[in-house]
Amino acid sequence: MADNPQIPGRNRPLSPHLTIWRWQVTMLASIMHRATGMALSAGAVVLAWWLVSISNGPEGYDSFMAYAAMPLGLVVLFGFTWSFAFHFCNGMRHLAWDLGYGFDKHTAGKTGFLVFALAFLIAIAAFAFVWSGHAGYLQ
Amino acid sequence: MPDICNEELSAMKSAETPLHKVQGMGASHSGTGHFRRERMTAVALIPLSLWFAYSILGLAGTNEVIMVQYLAHPWNALLMAAFAATSVYHMSLGLQVVIDDYVHAAGTKIALMLLVRFVTIAIISTCLFALIRIASV
Repeated sequence: MADNPQIPGRNRPLSPHLTIWRWQVTMLASIMHRATGMALSAGAVVLAWWLVSISNGPEGYDSFMAYAAMPLGLVVLFGFTWSFAFHFCNGMRHLAWDLGYGFDKHTAGKTGFLVFALAFLIAIAAFAFVWSGHAGYLQ
Repeated sequence: MPDICNEELSAMKSAETPLHKVQGMGASHSGTGHFRRERMTAVALIPLSLWFAYSILGLAGTNEVIMVQYLAHPWNALLMAAFAATSVYHMSLGLQVVIDDYVHAAGTKIALMLLVRFVTIAIISTCLFALIRIASV
């Protein structure tokens, strides 16, 4: 770990890293932004799979739904939904920072909590919406 | 020299600065191009993601016939194509940063970057081909 990545074999002191700091919501949000982004990369593959299954006709779509409706499939779909909601909300937080808003310590902490709460709220609301029979309004 | 710069700034055809055009590289060999593309795709993805969520919830629990009907509509096909292409491009920009941050061996880095770009093109073209097939049924 202490190896300098640019010059192999040369040991130099590293600045304090993850294991040193007390956990803050801001750092957790930052880590989760990257983690959800990576999870959504798998989601992109599932999006392609979903579109291909629809293009393959009723049997093709049934085979996709057989996986999606499995308990594991539902857990994964909930994970994607939460990740999507989180990455969307926290992404707006990042764009606000880029414009120069909300970057002071207390605001960043508050919006960090807000983003986690919103992501759970949105994901649970989406699943409740489907399970209570309100979805499918486009038919 | 400053006159040339001002002239070019006033007739700026892109967000690229004249200085960046001259240098063509920074420590990353690409200047702020990556940063800007990441933000541009993020902004585009705000309305596209809202439309995607609206569509997914509206299609959930229906069947293949309804989905083909919806996705074969030109506007919906176009929006789904835009969402897939923009989000997957945004994905490739994000994954590149992850590789930049954690992979330092030059060979592994190049191999992973190539992999990310190939996978990006594969996902986007698969989505577009599926949408064309759906629309032409």
